[in-house]
Amino acid sequence: MHIVIVGLSHKTAPVEIREKLAFAPTAMERPLRQMLELPPVAEGLIVSTCNRVELCAATKEPEAAMAALRRFLAEYHEVPPEEISSNLYSYQGEEAIRHLFRVSSSLDSMVLGEPQILGQIKTAYGYAAEFKTAGLILNRFLHKAFSVAKRVRTETAIASNAVSVSFAAVELARKIFDRLDNKGVMIIGAGEMCELAARHFVTNGVSKVLVTNRTFERAEKLAAEFNGKAIPFEYFVEHLAEVDIVMTSTGAPNFILGQRQMEEVLKRRKNRPMFLIDIAVPRDIDPKVNNLDNAYLYDVDDLQGVVQANLKERQKEAGKAETIVEQEIGQFYQWLGNLEVKPTIIALRRKLEEIRQQELDKTFGNLKDLTDGQRRSIEAMAGAIINKVLHQPTAVLKHSQNDTSGEDYVDAVRTLFDLPAPAGDDKEIKPLDDTDQE
Amino acid sequence: MTVNVLLFKITLLTYFAATIFYLIGVISRKDSVRLAAIWLLSGGFVLHCSTLAARWFASGITPVASLYESLSFFAWALVGIYLIFYLRYRTIMLGAFITPLALVLMIIGSAAPKQTPALNPMLDSWWFPVHVTLAFLGHAVFAIAAAAGIMYLLQERMLKSKKFSGLFYRLPSLDTLDSMNYKCLTFGFPLMTMGIISGAIWANSAWGGYWRWDPKETWALISWFLYAALLHGRLTVGWRGRRAAIFAIIGFAFLLFTFFGVNLFLSGEHSFRNFTGQ
Repeated sequence: MHIVIVGLSHKTAPVEIREKLAFAPTAMERPLRQMLELPPVAEGLIVSTCNRVELCAATKEPEAAMAALRRFLAEYHEVPPEEISSNLYSYQGEEAIRHLFRVSSSLDSMVLGEPQILGQIKTAYGYAAEFKTAGLILNRFLHKAFSVAKRVRTETAIASNAVSVSFAAVELARKIFDRLDNKGVMIIGAGEMCELAARHFVTNGVSKVLVTNRTFERAEKLAAEFNGKAIPFEYFVEHLAEVDIVMTSTGAPNFILGQRQMEEVLKRRKNRPMFLIDIAVPRDIDPKVNNLDNAYLYDVDDLQGVVQANLKERQKEAGKAETIVEQEIGQFYQWLGNLEVKPTIIALRRKLEEIRQQELDKTFGNLKDLTDGQRRSIEAMAGAIINKVLHQPTAVLKHSQNDTSGEDYVDAVRTLFDLPAPAGDDKEIKPLDDTDQE
Repeated sequence: MTVNVLLFKITLLTYFAATIFYLIGVISRKDSVRLAAIWLLSGGFVLHCSTLAARWFASGITPVASLYESLSFFAWALVGIYLIFYLRYRTIMLGAFITPLALVLMIIGSAAPKQTPALNPMLDSWWFPVHVTLAFLGHAVFAIAAAAGIMYLLQERMLKSKKFSGLFYRLPSLDTLDSMNYKCLTFGFPLMTMGIISGAIWANSAWGGYWRWDPKETWALISWFLYAALLHGRLTVGWRGRRAAIFAIIGFAFLLFTFFGVNLFLSGEHSFRNFTGQ
């Protein structure tokens, strides 16, 4: 049995094509069933996100299956096949395994290390399992892909550092304050950027939110969203000492917060540190504020710089992740190979021969006064028992080669007789971790 | 070679290994390196405890009389206090400062004569071990404060300049480091104060006078005032962060000078020569 993948991603197709070939996430039953009706396809799975579509199948005839899947993808979406053929990639065997492992580990993602893709593949697998289009091979394959992705996330720092401006702000705040749950934040200027960053701060535990804006009504509206308090713009400086984090994004042409004012504020705070984030262009806060002890001022460029540095860190980690993927491919490929009938029969016979030999040695050790003739008869009897026992299983295995039940029998025999273990640890599919964000 | 000297050498080697791992841990991305370091250090500490115990049983007095003994004791207190801090704050990076310091103390100690000193009758007082123990524990706590101070300055500089090295991700937050500074101060200052008072009481019983203005006493008093100023500043004026970090570093430099410099450059009642007749 082979694994094949036909698909397209943000790397091979522009969004106009991707959106044409996407599958609606709410109606996966029909395409999955149709896919399984293609003659060479034994098991099927469809992953469809805004950045990629992947058709994954287990098949006996990889070439035919790949051609059928390419045609299916075009016909299902009523697109001429030649129009999209240059955007499609097809993988089989080891390459297909590598591809899915890399995709689920987020090594193929637009933002390296983003965690959503794993959840999307889990959902896709959920449908395939629900409509029973995934069988032994894809079950094992997908579980393996999940465990590879998990290994990559825990053993490398690929997903560790923030790669968006608002998350970078939260991360920096953690390096200053350690805990955010007893901290307060003030939003100056109710812009969209500030709102997004404020939301991140609130989900990360910030409890006190003050909002100020030139039009008081907007401040009130935003404050209500965060259970915060609105403050008239004229008085915001007086309230600065109450908060630890300040975010500004007003359209003011000049600085609205200068060094002198901040000096006063810090004094009133007894020098407890303050983190100031100035997202406005032109800037709202005098850059000299950064020279004050215990004040940390970041403007948009600074935050972008942090994001760039973090991306670089992720790229360094990607190398490690690729190594992990390579290790796991070998293991899984071995398991897949073990599902072949012939090596299984050979392994089974060898195993029983080993048992026969051990038992004979034991018996002869106890019965020392046997004649050579008697020994030979006992050996022959043991051999005959093995042959009789093996006759039916061997016949069934050989017969099953011709239909789709083959792998199930092979897997069963390998488990029952404890033949060299197939790779991959079956684990329950877990829902997406709560820690996944961004 | 007596048992305790052998144990001392094994301890020293373990600290050496731990130091190597800590220094690799500063640049390495692997947590396993840092974990190995903390285990090596913990193992070294257990050995060190038995070293001191063996010495104690052999000589019958608290092993703090000779230069060798007191250096070993200082290093022991340093590692012990660090391990306690590790349990509380889980900051492995702190060890990258403390472990090399302990190692250096041990190496200097290993160069000093190791025989048990012929006991000077002056030292035969209950106050002597109390004085020395309190003083060294105080020194060790202040060493932690100084290490936290260095880490604070490094982390602060990265946050201010917006240029981050890999160290940035491994150093604790400014808040954590500053609260360490405060914790150290609240433990270290009483220890140091009691160390000085017990020393004065001992001096009275040994020489018949509480305070003799010998160089060590003077320098200890200067350090004490420095820490007193820092504690006062923290509690009343809101000193913290950078200033507190710098104070902690200077304070510890004074303590080190009090301990080493005074013995090397100046002479007085605290010189080990006077204790041991060497």
